[in-house]
Amino acid sequence: MDFKGSDTVPGPRTEDQLPHTAEAAVKIVIVGGFGVGKTTMVGSVSEIRPLTTEETMTQAGIGVDDNFGSDTKTATTVAMDFGRISITEQLVLYLFGTPGQERFWFLWNGLFDGALGAVVLIDTRRLEVSFDVMGRLEERGVPFVVAVNTFPDAPRYPVAELRTALDLPEEIPIVECDVRRRASSRDVLMTLMRFLHALAMAKAPA
Amino acid sequence: MTPPQRQRRVPKQQPPSPPPRAGKPKNPERLFVVAGPDGGERDGDLDLVTLIVARAEPPPSATPEQSALLRLCSTPLSVAELSAYLNLPFSMMTVLLTDMLTAGLVTARNPIVRQSVADRSILEAVMHGLQRL
Repeated sequence: MDFKGSDTVPGPRTEDQLPHTAEAAVKIVIVGGFGVGKTTMVGSVSEIRPLTTEETMTQAGIGVDDNFGSDTKTATTVAMDFGRISITEQLVLYLFGTPGQERFWFLWNGLFDGALGAVVLIDTRRLEVSFDVMGRLEERGVPFVVAVNTFPDAPRYPVAELRTALDLPEEIPIVECDVRRRASSRDVLMTLMRFLHALAMAKAPA
Repeated sequence: MTPPQRQRRVPKQQPPSPPPRAGKPKNPERLFVVAGPDGGERDGDLDLVTLIVARAEPPPSATPEQSALLRLCSTPLSVAELSAYLNLPFSMMTVLLTDMLTAGLVTARNPIVRQSVADRSILEAVMHGLQRL
């Protein structure tokens, strides 16, 4: 990877710049199998065109002493798309869409640590793809909600049946959505936030 | 048609964090180590959503990467966005930024991270923000 030089790096468009008052950020992770609609969901609610950050894994490890050049050995590149929503002049929300395969999560150091919570996006045609993801989140104690992206040709199950199949307790919300629609994606995020709020209330009542 | 069946899991016992060892400086090489599969360790304080702000004009001694980064974060920008615009992996961003933080070229605004439960006022602010979308 050759660095292009400082003058050729495109930055955020003026309208994509955060105000100087932006003090802190929070993050939500959208996790799901390949092609389930994570990037579409990020894009439908993001105020910026979704960006991609990449991480590289090489057999020999990552070289850092060669002035950011690297002779690519057997490198695996894992990409993660993300978007942004300005909440207030001070607070910014970032949404990360990350692949379900847990073996890649370690590349994003601390991705789930400190995240407000997660949305597990599922496709009822490949329900089992999400099983491991949910298990990992449960093990890590990351609160999550389940969003079913309704593909036209996917089987429709009643929520109760899905809940049984996914072995989810009653309090974890399961919602249907069409991630291409901003309002629908927004509603999924609101569902997550209300769930997190209820958890916070239960832990420390007002 | 019956959907496939999953089995619920329970939180793993978190290993207690080791007590800080007094008088022994951290091994600087640690910053270059990608954490193992468990992701139990965090590199320094840099998160994907740490906001970076330039403190100074690029000094003459600045490398091209540093100059580019300083130009990008004349307004606050997250490490993730910097990584995307500079086309540098996150692990390299942390190396680059750690040097620049040490040199006082940039400041970092730390993210709000979830403790055992999230701060209610933050959650409420996010909900209000989302409602306006």
